[in-house]
Amino acid sequence: MSAPLLRVNDLTLRVGARTLVRELSFRIDPGEVWCLLGPNGAGKSTLLHTVVGLRESQGGAMELAGRALHAWTPGEAARLRGFLPQTLHDAFSASVMDNVMAGRHPYLARWQWENERDREIALAALQAVDLAGFEQRDVLTLSGGERQRVALAALLAQDPPLLLLDEPLSHLDLRHQLLVLEELGRLARERGKGVLFTVHDLNLAARFAGHALLLTPQGTVRQGPIGEVMTEPDLWCAFGHRVARIEAAGRTLFIPE
Amino acid sequence: MRRALLVWLVLAVAALTAFALALATGSRWISPLELTHALFAPGDSLAGEIVTELRLPRALAAFATGGLLALAGALMQVLLRNPLADPYVLGLSGGAAVGALAAMLAGLGTLFVNLGAAAGALVAILLVFALAQRDFARQQLFGPLDASPRLLLTGVMIAAGWSAIITLMLTLAPDAKLRGMLFWLMGDLNGVDSWAPAWFVLAAALVVIYPAGRDLNVLLRGEALAHALGVRVMPLRRTVYLVASAATALAVTTAGTIGFVGLVVPHALRLALGNDQRVLLPASALTGGTLLLLADTAARTVLAPQQLPVGVITALVGVPAFMFLLLRAPGKP
Repeated sequence: MSAPLLRVNDLTLRVGARTLVRELSFRIDPGEVWCLLGPNGAGKSTLLHTVVGLRESQGGAMELAGRALHAWTPGEAARLRGFLPQTLHDAFSASVMDNVMAGRHPYLARWQWENERDREIALAALQAVDLAGFEQRDVLTLSGGERQRVALAALLAQDPPLLLLDEPLSHLDLRHQLLVLEELGRLARERGKGVLFTVHDLNLAARFAGHALLLTPQGTVRQGPIGEVMTEPDLWCAFGHRVARIEAAGRTLFIPE
Repeated sequence: MRRALLVWLVLAVAALTAFALALATGSRWISPLELTHALFAPGDSLAGEIVTELRLPRALAAFATGGLLALAGALMQVLLRNPLADPYVLGLSGGAAVGALAAMLAGLGTLFVNLGAAAGALVAILLVFALAQRDFARQQLFGPLDASPRLLLTGVMIAAGWSAIITLMLTLAPDAKLRGMLFWLMGDLNGVDSWAPAWFVLAAALVVIYPAGRDLNVLLRGEALAHALGVRVMPLRRTVYLVASAATALAVTTAGTIGFVGLVVPHALRLALGNDQRVLLPASALTGGTLLLLADTAARTVLAPQQLPVGVITALVGVPAFMFLLLRAPGKP
């Protein structure tokens, strides 16, 4: 069997004196969609940042495609995993096209300029997030949800085997939430991508993810197939609020009490 | 790529035209024919002497200084991800000014004023670098909070400190020296004779930073995203800071603190050409050089024989031009 896209062994994350995650181990294989659940401040973003290489861990090891995370050069890592940050801020005017084109950066040599093929990839990515025709718009004139979808398009244009997304659904309306998750699911099914995304909507998580990581305020992490992790007692323990799990219309629904 | 070459070509032609104009105008008008003759076969004609001994060195110094300032401004705006950044925003000009004014107060000659400015600039560069060490070195701290705002705050505070020292020196200075000191502070190309160091640094800065052009485009999207896209963020930020600082230091040492060029040229070009650093950085150098050359030509001819500080001209012409650009097409990239 080929190496997993991501393997995390005994990872411990601390911020100051607080332990966010204690000895977490999991692996993401091609074609798997994982959701990362947990209350505010539980360490979801910190975990993603650590996996992306933006911060050091306080113990444990991480492997990307079978090799230690730090053994990859930044350029190589950028072809193996992509990241959608939670907050985006634009200081300068820039066209939507330029923004999405940034996703092609890891594939271009030092002196190479983006070519027609990169353009086509960028246009297809915009199409996938329902922003066809927005190429020449200035990102500063976009709405929050449109801006979020431009960032998603840039990640799709980067086209890495492993996609790490911090709240990909923020600012998105209902239709586009479903559209984005369907696109991520399709990438996993048809192209063997691995996906790990944080989300607060338990129903969407259960509907689109096959696996879940559930962070608790105590630093323990429940993980595994979605049905085993998203149980009433575990969700109560993590969020500090009772959630009823109901099977209806062929779906699993979560209703806070 | 083809568009970039076209843009640079147009700007280079404009630069050459500005050079011709600068060499021809002055107390004695030199016709194009005379000018060609003076440049390529100087001999010992009067025109040849005026052009090669007086006007050419000054024009070369003006162009290189403008180019350095505009390039440094463009880089600082990327480094701080702030459209309001200029070459002086991190306090470099303040350090240089303190050095230069100290030399003037001590009654030393031009050479020592220049050395004082260079030394002051160096101190200012190292001071910010040391104080903002963690913004340049430690990866741990970036992530959700980008380093740029903290670096900006550090620089602005240092600049405020320098500015207090400058005011103190001006207060204590004897009247006889005050005028020279004020001219230096406003930026002045009068009596500038060395242009070679500025040209050398301008060329070196472009050679060092140009290959990182696309990295800089990505860096503008935020440090976390840049890292995820394969940019070595911290080494790149250090390089940008050092290149921009060296450029500014040379410009300030050559001609004092000429304002405006470094803030507005990159900005105006962004409005006109878009924000691709691969096009923008060389274009900034060319446009900044051309603009300062024209401004200096105006400064020494408009009220001749009275010479104006060139910084006054750059601001008087540049402000309305920039407002026009800014208000022309709201919301267009």
